[in-house]
Amino acid sequence: MKDASLFAQQFTALHTVRTKAPLFLGILFTATIYAAVCNLYVAEDSVLYVSTYTITLLGKYLCYALLALSVDIVWGYCGILSLGHGAFFALGGYAMGMYLMRQIGDRGVYGNPDLPDFMVFLNWQELPWYWSGFDQFWFAALMVVLVPAVLAFVFGWLAFRSRVAGVYLAIMTQALTYALMLAFFRNEMGFGGNNGLTDFKDLLGYNLLSDNTRVSLFVISAIVLALAYVCSQLIMGSKFGRVIVGIRDAEDRLRFLGYRTDYYKVALFVYSALLAGIAGALYVPQVGIINPGEYSPLNSIEIVIWVAIGGRGTLYGAVIGALLVNYAKTKFTAILPEVWLFALGALFVAVTIFLPNGIVGLFKRTSLNDGHDLGEQP
Amino acid sequence: MKNSKIKVATTRQSRLREMFRRDGAWPWLVNRTEPAVDVSHQVLLYIESLSVSFDGFKALNDLSLYINDGELRCLIGANGAGKTTLMDVITGKTSPDSGLVYFGQTLDLLGRSEAEIAQLGIGRKFQKPSVFEAQTVYANLELAIQSEKNILPTLVARFSPEQIDRIDQVLEVINLKDRGFMMAGALSHGQKQWLEIGMLLVANPRLLLIDEPVAGMTAQEAEQTAELLVSLAGEHTVIVVEHDMEFVRRIAKTVTVLHQGSVLAEGSMQEIQENPDVIRVYLGEEQ
Repeated sequence: MKDASLFAQQFTALHTVRTKAPLFLGILFTATIYAAVCNLYVAEDSVLYVSTYTITLLGKYLCYALLALSVDIVWGYCGILSLGHGAFFALGGYAMGMYLMRQIGDRGVYGNPDLPDFMVFLNWQELPWYWSGFDQFWFAALMVVLVPAVLAFVFGWLAFRSRVAGVYLAIMTQALTYALMLAFFRNEMGFGGNNGLTDFKDLLGYNLLSDNTRVSLFVISAIVLALAYVCSQLIMGSKFGRVIVGIRDAEDRLRFLGYRTDYYKVALFVYSALLAGIAGALYVPQVGIINPGEYSPLNSIEIVIWVAIGGRGTLYGAVIGALLVNYAKTKFTAILPEVWLFALGALFVAVTIFLPNGIVGLFKRTSLNDGHDLGEQP
Repeated sequence: MKNSKIKVATTRQSRLREMFRRDGAWPWLVNRTEPAVDVSHQVLLYIESLSVSFDGFKALNDLSLYINDGELRCLIGANGAGKTTLMDVITGKTSPDSGLVYFGQTLDLLGRSEAEIAQLGIGRKFQKPSVFEAQTVYANLELAIQSEKNILPTLVARFSPEQIDRIDQVLEVINLKDRGFMMAGALSHGQKQWLEIGMLLVANPRLLLIDEPVAGMTAQEAEQTAELLVSLAGEHTVIVVEHDMEFVRRIAKTVTVLHQGSVLAEGSMQEIQENPDVIRVYLGEEQ
């Protein structure tokens, strides 16, 4: 009895957060505040000065980290290998991009107050219906979460109800993102064709090029990442989370215990897509452009690699993976741009063979996946 | 001819009148609660003229079987006799080409999903032990315990003292009391089998379908399993599929022999062993 209540205590979601969040949040916020302060209040010629370029770069990494987190939620915990999460990221990014486009107003090259430049260039006379509302921030913010969530719901509903899983599902998600890429490349779609949306000026009235705005966006990215992390740990620490891990390991068993596993998978997939959409929306104002290249299948595969390298099924592993790989990418592509993809491939193979639990697998001894190879999951 | 037309008209009219009766609610507005399992005729599970075929191969061929409430029934039969297919049909994994499956007198099991059938109180243990290997023994039982199994309730689920007691009891019964913290993947094969049986027990189902419970168990473990299954009968209804004849002999009161998708014989172990058909097709190979 005494034992049992001890167990029960361990099974509350709060317990999980209490053990898993403080270190992560501590490091994240310390680094964020340090970088922000050193950019804003330290003289430029000081050794401690952090350039605005670095701040933007770090902000971008944090968005990628959030994206990796969203993939880890479905892949690491539920065994759903999604090779199309770039699509949700890009949809969120486009929703934000459309708002930023409308904010340009008559400051564009053609000076048309109603139409974005690319539409003037295409000789369009009026704004397409699906652009209406995007001059309002609240509407754009709503679409950032709604569009990826609805797409994930429809896709997940169709796929999981007909019990598509494993490689077939992975291929379908690839097809999804590829189809979106082809669609967004077309000028007739009204999303700027292959140039995408760019030349943004300001966000909610704040100039996107100013240091203050950049630092603010960076700090907001960190806060959102922290919130998403805590929220996801809460979810995964609840009984819902244990059902999700159960689906990964023995879905049939759960069905015969009375769980509608397809509903669970759809719900998780939607939650994950929503996080990816938010990541995209934070990413676009920081890099200043969104184009159909974000939908490319390669991008989505890269996200999966970040998670694999960091370590699946821990959430912080995904974040670490995303940060490290992207840092390496920035360095590598500056020195030897053509070698990067080979290096990434080699790294992936090496991690799969030597570190099945990723980098964090080196440090943790007991975890959800202890003594259990995830690699064999279909 | 004319007569039948009038009949159709009047039934239509009466249906319409039925719609506007003021002393009742429309059926789709009534909160639908499943009727309790009705075993007033002592039979818990009715299976009638069930047929299933896969690509022309008849896995079940006009099979009829009745299981009484509280009974322990053993199903035996050679490979391909249709034992597992029968379990699949009862639990909703496979839908049959024809036939009826009723749980009690009122609940039609066909056309329901696995999850619905499980929630009606039918638990199933697989041939290969199937537990959540990456989670603790305790978490395994937590997932199996009788509770709301929709998404929102599980998000905020907390243990009630009754549930803790129930899990404790079951841990005792399945001899894993001191292994609650252990990852289920680290258990021995026999222990996994027991854990899976425990997962059924903790859900307190009306009917247990148990596929080859003693595969991979030591003689002593098999002995304990036999005792457990016998003790379950009465309060629960148990159907056991087993190859180990020694084991069946020990626990069975009634044995049903399946052969090529239909029932070949049914009776006590003694009767079965003396049945000439059975000796010819099944036991003959062993003895």
